[in-house]
Amino acid sequence: MGHYTTDFGSIHSYKKGGVTAIDDDAKRYVFSNMFEAAAKSKPYERVAVAKNFEYVIESVKAEGESPWYSCAHDEFIISMDGKVRVDYVKLADPDAAVDPESEGAVKLSGQPVGKPMGYVLLGRGHMAMLPVGSAYRFTAPETCTLLIQSIDGPVTVHRWAEICQS
Amino acid sequence: MAMSESALAGSEQISNPRNLPITAGFAVNPADNVTGYKSFQAGSFKFKRDEYFVYVTSPTASHTMPADAFLRALMRDVAWGFFYGTVNFDQVFGTTNFYGEVDMFMGAMNEAYTEAHRDFVERFKADQLMEIFKQMISDWTNEGYDPFAAPMETGVPWGIKNGDNDGAVGRQRVTARRMVGLPGDTPVRSDANGYTVNRMFLDVPQDKPEVHAEPGFEHEVSAFNLFGYLSRSDVTWNPSVCSVVKDSLFCPTSEEYILPVEHGNDRCEWFIQLTDEITWNVKDGLTGRPRAVINMKAGDCCCMPADIRHQGFSAKRSMLLVWENGSPKIPELIRNGQAPSVAVQF
Repeated sequence: MGHYTTDFGSIHSYKKGGVTAIDDDAKRYVFSNMFEAAAKSKPYERVAVAKNFEYVIESVKAEGESPWYSCAHDEFIISMDGKVRVDYVKLADPDAAVDPESEGAVKLSGQPVGKPMGYVLLGRGHMAMLPVGSAYRFTAPETCTLLIQSIDGPVTVHRWAEICQS
Repeated sequence: MAMSESALAGSEQISNPRNLPITAGFAVNPADNVTGYKSFQAGSFKFKRDEYFVYVTSPTASHTMPADAFLRALMRDVAWGFFYGTVNFDQVFGTTNFYGEVDMFMGAMNEAYTEAHRDFVERFKADQLMEIFKQMISDWTNEGYDPFAAPMETGVPWGIKNGDNDGAVGRQRVTARRMVGLPGDTPVRSDANGYTVNRMFLDVPQDKPEVHAEPGFEHEVSAFNLFGYLSRSDVTWNPSVCSVVKDSLFCPTSEEYILPVEHGNDRCEWFIQLTDEITWNVKDGLTGRPRAVINMKAGDCCCMPADIRHQGFSAKRSMLLVWENGSPKIPELIRNGQAPSVAVQF
């Protein structure tokens, strides 16, 4: 009595709901599951699971070490179901790495040049900032799911027909 | 949902699809000798409550709502600054926000009322109507009752006038400027600042992320326990801004029982189920006819189209990420018919 269990879901164990259309087309609801999208992706593919004009939310399978990324605006990450380390470098010349007028994350080639800013170790449900002007890299010892608040950009992957209920 | 202030502010051009004039004429009438509650008037609308019910009358109809349902809906309309689009208190009465001006309606979003020509709409300056609504929620909320709280976690709204709960109904919504927990931004919640873990989230880990910032980067290398933060929310169905990417607003919230309004979007609105489960009843935005039922479990992502209204049901307290686009360009796109009803075509 009075004992409640919170259902978090994970890339390894999730249940999926759905749309029951009465007088509508289920596709209009763009219904997907972030864990399923991540499970079916390659490591660090940034698959859009939500889009509102230029803005996106990306679901990412974190596994091992990611490339370095940077962005001309802030982004934010939530670790949904596991442990991930985020390393940061303050770019010596951020405009050279990323067009300051651009939107969305950019994958950097090689090691970023700049001053180490530190790192964070995230567990389930932890949120961190990916600040403008920095480069960042994820490292996950075990496979888990990241949710990233960003803007549609060159690394955003769109595969709506594959991930959404139709 | 960083709409509390912005939604009240007028845009340069204010949409007025019904071509209605601005209505004035507001009144706060003395307390009733029997119930102790004041009655209110806004234009042709009159509002009265007694021990159990709220009565709304317009020139074309009179409408009765249970006091608890009315107060929970009124609380959200006030806290959200009339929100985005339409706030249906129920299937008959509500408000539509035009960002600086507001239509208040009886039956205008109900097919039966409109076909019977029983619908009625008046238009108000948003700040003037808000002032009356604030006085109403203050006077009609008794001591010990919190319309933001889940029904099992607060007192009862019934009975004659018995004190007030202005501390609860006057809460300021949390709106982080960049991210919760950053120096100078919205603080994290803890026992020490009065936010205890909710009884249904006692199993949510309260561990903190390890933050190793090099000197000088403490304001940028930052993280917090979002799930822990949400487990300590003292309100339900009241999204608060936790992180901001330009106009992209992450507004997570904890949900229990029923969304107190049927929210009729004027733009696409995304829901990301972070934990547990919510069922949404979806109806047509204009007529109220059922369109769909959506069941969301942890990890599910779903967009509410811009032409529907929705109401959620959460049996166990759950965490929902409400994702809003607060771009000031959107009201103009809506006015010009350029805002899409569906977020993604595939």
